[in-house]
Amino acid sequence: MSGWLTTWELLPLLLFAAITTVEITFGGFIVAALIGLVLATLQRLDWRPLRIIIAIYVDVFRAVPVLTQLFIVYFGLTEFGIRLNPLSAAIICFGINGGAYLTEVFRSGIESVHQGQMEAAQMLGMTRLAALRIVILPQAMRVVLPPLGNFAIGLLKDTALASAVAAPELMFRARSLVDKTFLATQIFLATAAIYLVLSIPLGYLTRRAEARVSRGRR
Amino acid sequence: MSGTGDVAPTPLVEVVGLTKRFGEIEVVKDVDLAVRMGEKVAIIGPSGSGKTTLLRCVAHLEKPTSGHVAIGGERIGARLVDGRWREMSDREIAHVRTGIGMVFQRFNLFPHLTALENVMLGPTRVLKQSRAEAEPLARELLRKVGLAHKAGDYPERLSGGQQQRVAIARSLAMRPRLMLFDEATSALDPELIGEVLNVMRGLARDGMTMLIVTHEMQFAEDVADRVVFMDHGRIVDEGPPHELFRSPSHPRIQAFLRAVVDREVMNETSAP
Repeated sequence: MSGWLTTWELLPLLLFAAITTVEITFGGFIVAALIGLVLATLQRLDWRPLRIIIAIYVDVFRAVPVLTQLFIVYFGLTEFGIRLNPLSAAIICFGINGGAYLTEVFRSGIESVHQGQMEAAQMLGMTRLAALRIVILPQAMRVVLPPLGNFAIGLLKDTALASAVAAPELMFRARSLVDKTFLATQIFLATAAIYLVLSIPLGYLTRRAEARVSRGRR
Repeated sequence: MSGTGDVAPTPLVEVVGLTKRFGEIEVVKDVDLAVRMGEKVAIIGPSGSGKTTLLRCVAHLEKPTSGHVAIGGERIGARLVDGRWREMSDREIAHVRTGIGMVFQRFNLFPHLTALENVMLGPTRVLKQSRAEAEPLARELLRKVGLAHKAGDYPERLSGGQQQRVAIARSLAMRPRLMLFDEATSALDPELIGEVLNVMRGLARDGMTMLIVTHEMQFAEDVADRVVFMDHGRIVDEGPPHELFRSPSHPRIQAFLRAVVDREVMNETSAP
């Protein structure tokens, strides 16, 4: 029983580390969503060289494991005199990696909107870019939001990989506490509970946002 | 010629030597057409004759393979820079399009916006009017198409005819000087066609310049100053509706009109 008591006393340390987990998740998500949104939009503007570059980016980053990318960014870049702290390295990696995935998500969302919507917007005097922003993307969000929400929850869990570059996030802290106390069961269960609690608001936010963008549809 | 005395002499729309190819297929072949201010021109012809493509070229939704379109003397898609024709930027084309309204076969209302928001979108987002500025005109236009009471409804809640009337109001909100209609009633159930044609008739009475691709022969005869008959990408004949319909000179027009009349007679006899 005293093991649980010790875990309870160590809980603030875990919760403190969870803040870093949230930071990596949030930062990585913002970077990934921005990359996905911008690249999917640019893809739609029909400029061939750009389309090819984007396609290569998507294919490369989808094919290489995040952990490998993390090691390249954190350890590999020192070769070029670039030293990132673990937190930045993790945010950059999850951002760029997730960006490749979200580019595809946004692309399929944009493609799900009928071409006639673009033409109707253009005939009101909108440029293609304005039409995408004002007319197409709001409709694409219906298709984009569910995978976007899943991505956010997946990302929250994947941040545990950042422990491999000693980012002081939840999993890293949990392992170091287990090393000191040998309370593997209790501490890892507590860690699991924290991940679970963190993911609940993400699911809730996704459902709220979905309801919001589904206005005008049954 | 057409009998309407208020038609100005300068052409608002000029189509010059327009050809449009999709791959190997030439859909529009060397078409010349001029539409004067205030004139209503109906384009008729069999399916695949190039009517819709011609209209889409006027709106520059399709880029002509050769030839050009000018609106109010200004070429759409190209401009003269230092004596040479340069392709217009997307922004410049968008600007020309603010003067052109287009009504599509499939309505293309924005499904995530209410009827009122659909009508206000152009004025607020393109002309940068405030909501307070744009709303009175938008409501007035919805009233004009008989849908003031549907202002807060999303398109999904509206019938096809109602959606198309909102689409017309949405175009008019930009105060265009030219309205293009691309088979505006072809996707409608028969009982909903009349309400849309009535709105178009009203627009014609108001003096709007209209270029109308249609399969409604009676409507074309009633409203158009001039009817253009297209077949296989070419303008085969054109003239005032009574001449073209009553004494069609060209055998292809005779055959087309016979087929259309047969269909209409069949529809009437099969109606309950």
